[in-house]
Amino acid sequence: MAAEPVLRMEDLTIAFGRGAASHVVVEGAGLTLRRGETLALVGESGSGKTLTGRAILRILPRGAHITSGRVQFTTSEGRSADLLALSEAKMRKIRGGRIAMIFQEPMSSLSPLHTIGNQVVENLRLHRGVTGTAARDICLETFANVGFPEPERAWSAYPFELSGGLRQRAMIAMAMVCEPELIIADEPTTALDVTTQAQVLDLMRKLQDETGMSMIMVTHDLGVVANMADSVVVMKRGRVVESGPARAVLTAPGHDYTKALIDAAPEIPLDMPSETGPVADPILRATGLSKTYPGRSGKLGRPGKPVRAVSGVEIAVGRRETLAIVGESGSGKSTVAKLLLRAEEPDPGAHIRFRGADGVEQDVATMDRATLKSFRRKVQIVFQDPFSSLSPRMSVLDILTEPLRIHGIGTAAEQKARAAELMARVGLSPAHLGRFPHAFSGGQRQRICIARALALSPEMIICDEPTSALDVSVQAQVLELLKELQEEMGLSYLFISHNLAVVAGLADRVAVMRRGRIVEQAPAKLLFENPRHPYTQALIAASPEPDMDRRLDLAAVARGAGDPHCWPEPFAYHGDAAPGLIEIEPGHFVSAAA
Amino acid sequence: MIWTLAVVSALVFLIVNLPPGDILSNRINELMASGESSSVARAKFLAAQYALDEPIWKQYLIWLGAWPGPLGFEGLLQGNLGWSFELDRPVSDIVTEAMWMTVVLNFTTILFVYVVALPLGALAAVRANSLVDYLATFIGYIGLATPNFLLAIILYSKGAEWFGLPVGGMVSREYANAPMSLDKLLDIAAHLVVPVIVIGTSGMAAMVRRLRANLLDELGKPYVTTAAAKGLSPTRAVVKYPLRMALNPFVSDLGNMLPQLVSGSVLVSVVMGLQTIGPILLQSLKSQDYFLSGFILLFVSALTLVGMLISDILLALLDPRIRFEGRGR
Repeated sequence: MAAEPVLRMEDLTIAFGRGAASHVVVEGAGLTLRRGETLALVGESGSGKTLTGRAILRILPRGAHITSGRVQFTTSEGRSADLLALSEAKMRKIRGGRIAMIFQEPMSSLSPLHTIGNQVVENLRLHRGVTGTAARDICLETFANVGFPEPERAWSAYPFELSGGLRQRAMIAMAMVCEPELIIADEPTTALDVTTQAQVLDLMRKLQDETGMSMIMVTHDLGVVANMADSVVVMKRGRVVESGPARAVLTAPGHDYTKALIDAAPEIPLDMPSETGPVADPILRATGLSKTYPGRSGKLGRPGKPVRAVSGVEIAVGRRETLAIVGESGSGKSTVAKLLLRAEEPDPGAHIRFRGADGVEQDVATMDRATLKSFRRKVQIVFQDPFSSLSPRMSVLDILTEPLRIHGIGTAAEQKARAAELMARVGLSPAHLGRFPHAFSGGQRQRICIARALALSPEMIICDEPTSALDVSVQAQVLELLKELQEEMGLSYLFISHNLAVVAGLADRVAVMRRGRIVEQAPAKLLFENPRHPYTQALIAASPEPDMDRRLDLAAVARGAGDPHCWPEPFAYHGDAAPGLIEIEPGHFVSAAA
Repeated sequence: MIWTLAVVSALVFLIVNLPPGDILSNRINELMASGESSSVARAKFLAAQYALDEPIWKQYLIWLGAWPGPLGFEGLLQGNLGWSFELDRPVSDIVTEAMWMTVVLNFTTILFVYVVALPLGALAAVRANSLVDYLATFIGYIGLATPNFLLAIILYSKGAEWFGLPVGGMVSREYANAPMSLDKLLDIAAHLVVPVIVIGTSGMAAMVRRLRANLLDELGKPYVTTAAAKGLSPTRAVVKYPLRMALNPFVSDLGNMLPQLVSGSVLVSVVMGLQTIGPILLQSLKSQDYFLSGFILLFVSALTLVGMLISDILLALLDPRIRFEGRGR
């Protein structure tokens, strides 16, 4: 028997501005959430999913207002009211008390000036009238429930003292402390690493089982949906295009848009044709790559402990191949890219051998400035954030011809022709060369970044998380473009990502990094089919996929995601010493004690 | 901070000694020129007493009291501020009187600035683009754009006409030499009204603008939404979270404001006949009375440093991030 609905939204319409200038962003949205269930509100950026979620609590950004609709909320005692028609004072009692919210970015959603305890206890004071030590005890209990190892410490900690995962737990504690009947979670795990995401999702599910609360999850990630939701509402450009039980929607999507979303979701393929064995013809081979940053000075000017961002990394990028470096934030993967380009100086002892199409081998680590300049012509980079890596004051034409001007290639007319050619190559209209970056969407901007990298006809491109700022469907298109370009122009890629699933379709080889070291490196096929290292296994287990039957394997996540000292033998670190890489199959290296 | 003060004192001494000819050497030259033996002897005595024939660094150290001068260790460190040649009185006598008035005036002004700017700026931000906001902006622009002395004249004339406020000075003549009493205090307070408004208005206006801009930035931050989602009332949500974030620049301004008020109020003080340190500084600079001007400049520098120290301490109290940064270092 289906439970009675706790929330029923009908015909919700939200607009920015009023009168003739108003712009409708959500139109006629509706959903029904049953008690104790989880409903996923799915869509890409601009679909209005976040606004719809916030409209329930009537906390819309400045300028946005609800023009019509009903949100009928029924409490467990059977009282029912239209949230959109309640007075502001009554609404305040509902917010945080009956319905709580969890936000995407825990760092900026918590005040940096107040302790976690102070911010959480406020809820109790507001909604329960509990203060003093009684309130403190309830808070500490909640902290323990959401998995803080030391609740006492969390109480007096400031948000910036906690890791991302703990911060999000603090957000959850804040939402849970008054035992609300409904939680609206707006992309609660998007800002977290995959292994942390898996743990937080697990926590939310557990809390739901314990308290019987209902949940609305606003997300773009169908993998999260498959793991969490009972029902799904898919939104596109402010309208609901499909809704229904999660299994039905994910397995037999009725709307083309849902189908496209599911197809675009990155997934680790079960069967991948990929060569095995060692790198035959490396274009770039680095050995002994380390980077130590001086520690912050201690008391009385004594130098602090130096930080090893990268230690002893050894990689080889095959010609016309793609090497993916995968790791979570702080793993040192982006530092490796900077070292390879000599954007930062590696520690002494590093060798970076580059052998271009001309067959001459050079050591990047010891190059002089002039050689370095010609090296950088051959190796280009594409950055993560297409919004900040393009100057807003330069037209696309200027952006694309700038590398040519710097290297003094061609006349002005030739440069312009080259720019037009590049635009066409990355799938944009050459007619738009005169426009400025703000006129383009995120995906289009990333295409411009790729075109800029191609301007000098490089042999190799380093892609630093090129798609993590993009929507999934756009991400799939950009990955497709990269693949085409590789085949056509014979490019070699070094592809840096935090997401194994994104890499799976593109990489020939994958290196997994953790805390500045490579823990496993193998041809993609071997790595995905036969992962040996517990951390690699955790990463694979933690990536959510839009498949109801492949749920997250949390035991595997817990085994590998922890501290390197807690890894089972023979993988554990002892002190600062890590086990070396041993070759278990041709081309498949694992960090393990021999 | 001690080091900074030492360096500043050296610079100050150098600067006041930089222009050729000062009141003392002018007088010595006069005495020498008169050719009378008693005058020449007197001139020689003066030159010796103030160590004028010593190199400048030695003069500086003597002034500071770190070097034995003709009278032994007698400098700032020993509490001897020197002698004003023009007024023929010890510097300490002149300065203490004025210092008192200066401190009272500036303290009230800062209080006025903060008390008015805080609610006005906060209101302007929360009710952005409303009547209140426009009104605050209007007052702010008037405050910024009107020359202080003009404002002083207008306020004096209208204040006297409408409210019977006293014109000019810090204290009425009958109380000038009277001991401190309640009546004298009230009298000083009445005298303070116009100067405080005149000196404080432009600073206040600038601060309202700054607070409004800061708060407006903060109001859009996600943690404000979090507060709203908790069910906090709008007023509490603003006061507890974004307002506290927006206070940082507000507090760090304190360090800049102290000296600005002292030096910025020179003109106003002259126009309004306030017996503060400003007019004395102006006078001493004009006549190159270098012991006096040197000490006042040093005093203003010390005031700046104290202001910075106070604002740093306040910032650390207000913002845990600053506190922790310091601890990590």
